[in-house]
Amino acid sequence: MADVKLRADPAADLRPMDEAALAAAVAQAEGPLRIIGGGTRPVGRPVAGQVLSTAGLSGIRLYEPGALTLVAGAGTPLAEVEAALAGEHQRLPFEPMDHRALLGTDGAPTLGGMVAANASGPVRMLRGACRDSLIGVRFVDGTGRAVSNGGRVMKNVTGYDLVKLMAGSWGTLGVLTEVSFKLLPCPETVAVLRCGGLDDAAAIRALTAALATPFEVTGAAHLQLGADGAPVTMIRIEGFEQSVSYRAGQLRAALAEFGSFELEADPARAAADWADLRDVRGFAGAPGDVWHLSTVPGDAPGLVARLPGARAQYDWGGGRVWLLVPEGEDVRAKIGPFKGHATLVRASEATRTRIPSFPPEPAPVARLSADLRHRFDPRGILNPGLMD
Amino acid sequence: MQMPKPNDLVIAGKSALVASLRAALPGDAVIDDIAETRAYECDGLAAYTCPPLAVVLPRTTEEVSAVLRICHAAGVPVVPRGSGTSLAGGALPTADSIVLGVARLNDVLETDYDNRFIRVQSGRTNLSVTQAVEERGFFYAPDPSSQLACAIAGNIAMNSGGAHCLKYGVTTNNLLGVTMVLMDGEVIELGGPFCDPGGLDLLGLVCGSEGQLGVVTEATLRILPKPEGARPVLMGFDSAEVAGACVADIIKAGVLPVAIEFMDRPCITACENFTGAGYPICEALLIVEVEGSEAEIDHQLGLIMAIAAQHDPVEMRESRSAEESAAIWHGRKSAFGAMGQMGDYICLDGTIPVSALPHVLRRIGELAQEYGLGVANVFHAGDGNMHPLILFDANKEGDLALAEGMGEDILRLCVEVGGCLTGEHGVGVEKRELMSTQFAPSDLEAQMQVKDVFDPGWLLNPSKVFPLSVSAARRDRAA
Repeated sequence: MADVKLRADPAADLRPMDEAALAAAVAQAEGPLRIIGGGTRPVGRPVAGQVLSTAGLSGIRLYEPGALTLVAGAGTPLAEVEAALAGEHQRLPFEPMDHRALLGTDGAPTLGGMVAANASGPVRMLRGACRDSLIGVRFVDGTGRAVSNGGRVMKNVTGYDLVKLMAGSWGTLGVLTEVSFKLLPCPETVAVLRCGGLDDAAAIRALTAALATPFEVTGAAHLQLGADGAPVTMIRIEGFEQSVSYRAGQLRAALAEFGSFELEADPARAAADWADLRDVRGFAGAPGDVWHLSTVPGDAPGLVARLPGARAQYDWGGGRVWLLVPEGEDVRAKIGPFKGHATLVRASEATRTRIPSFPPEPAPVARLSADLRHRFDPRGILNPGLMD
Repeated sequence: MQMPKPNDLVIAGKSALVASLRAALPGDAVIDDIAETRAYECDGLAAYTCPPLAVVLPRTTEEVSAVLRICHAAGVPVVPRGSGTSLAGGALPTADSIVLGVARLNDVLETDYDNRFIRVQSGRTNLSVTQAVEERGFFYAPDPSSQLACAIAGNIAMNSGGAHCLKYGVTTNNLLGVTMVLMDGEVIELGGPFCDPGGLDLLGLVCGSEGQLGVVTEATLRILPKPEGARPVLMGFDSAEVAGACVADIIKAGVLPVAIEFMDRPCITACENFTGAGYPICEALLIVEVEGSEAEIDHQLGLIMAIAAQHDPVEMRESRSAEESAAIWHGRKSAFGAMGQMGDYICLDGTIPVSALPHVLRRIGELAQEYGLGVANVFHAGDGNMHPLILFDANKEGDLALAEGMGEDILRLCVEVGGCLTGEHGVGVEKRELMSTQFAPSDLEAQMQVKDVFDPGWLLNPSKVFPLSVSAARRDRAA
């Protein structure tokens, strides 16, 4: 990493009002920058540096409901975008997780922060993550160079796909200034099927069976501790009312061998359940660290069994596991090698300094990642070390 | 179209190179006979040809690695090739290059229905992936129209789409992991049978990089349960504007068809004359397909037809059976053949914002007049991906250049209205020189820096994607 001066007493936060000002601020920076959208997702190795806020780069630049397309400044509050989309009965396709409850933060999540984290929710297994709906980016790299990639059309293979590279790069390659998305219509109806009392392995088998049907399940989750303190397994279906009721019936029949899946009658309760699941509110305020596993669904219960003191919440049919473990525990060391990877999402600064939050990569891949960062940020000033 | 001057030193070293390759690979894996290498002199962009120095057809990742190590050491450019169906010249060789074909890497390595993925060698054809899992009710979603022939390796290189990507996405949205060999022979794994990377999304970067970052030898692909059924409705309109407004209204109403195909009058006429599919001869025709159970399909088609009815369609024909569905699709699926019967054609692949459709169609009509060439439009209307087909006569002096000039004007128009040069075919050599109309120099520099990281010597497919003048310094340094 380049040798950079670390200011003992950083100057006031930088809050550029447009891309040119942001580019100048980065070019003139004399030390590390800590890039902040809404400041709601303090994940990764703690970064010391002058705060560079994208809040000034706010506003929807283009919204065409008939083309399912939105372009907005990276500092635009997510809530502002969601309100505009709701007005046309549309939404972001990937159900972005709100980290505030889990991480105990406040502030307003921004589009840029959501992209930097590649945040997604339960529907990810069907409709993809943030990176799958992101169709264009503008960003300023560590030299102060503004770069545009992708655009505002959803089918675009012109040149390399830096859009995907920027999603989930946590500000370590560049500071996002503008992002474009493809959108989806909101469903007319949402239905939830719920079954209590299944153990982890049986629950994952049931979810696997549901996901092998043609009934387009948009959520498949299992909580070891549901709202009423007992295990609960949940399946979500969305669409036109008539279609949803047909598919709910078919799924109940198909899953009868696993247990009785009951239809939730109260739409408000169904929506609240999935919002809680998406934001992992079951672990909010609970003592301990929170990890996230991405793995092969069928392997998930076995991995959880290797962590006797842990509480688990399974999403994506078992492909995503949220774990609440005793403070300071190194989940990677305890589980050993497995198909997938483990990310530390919530822990004290001391733990996040000691244990890498992001999974260590095999040497040749780590070399490629480091080299990419070096090309885009040769001075190593953009959220330095956050993903190390 | 220009290609860089081949490296004479590399050409002079052919026999030594071939000997090294023969020593490292089974006897039948190296082809250097001039008559046989000619089979690899072009891809689907058949107007341009150049036989390579030699062709290698490895069967394993280890063999691919051995080939790349040898070429890396000798400074020999390598042109990766899937099935050679690229319409953009993505697999066009140079006289100083080795073509590395993955056609013999065609095994299914692992099928896991519970976890909904399949792992295949990259030379396997797109359609055969679906065929490997359909007995169990699954399918692989991306369906480029060349799916009978095209290889997964090429799909990954070009991030291929298909008619159904409005609902299911393109290759990058269905690709979970790859085994890839870097130019220096190092084998890496990116992703796997799980979602999202732990670090930087190098898999997302590799998909669509046109064989310039590494040679993909294995791929883990997401498979999905097949829908219960699918049926289309065919609708004719007396203007492109009205058809475009109808598409926007369908989308705004919350229906998500799996496909919305658009054809203009010249295309309708050609298809009708060719197939007798019974299409109404009108200005614009839409084929909208939805999926689900019979009742779900009825419901969605009902909504779509109610919306269309407000736009005064000249005809609406709802499919009621598999036979009627096939009849509706028959004409559309024969579009390229129908046009081929009328003459030689260039197939373009720009994408535009859907709202710009009427303006773009009007301009294309004007350009056709100016150039004196025929043009027909087929269009994935849901996502704005256009395929104008420009007719010309390959035997007429200057006609190809004329058609290419018109094609470039149309692609510039796509960029002008907020779209892009290519939606699913890739840049290759075909649109290489137009990249500067879509990207600023700093945008291209950022992309080339990515290649610097993966292939510092610029040996992998080096004369593609970037305008030759823009990549010259890097390629010359390598030579």
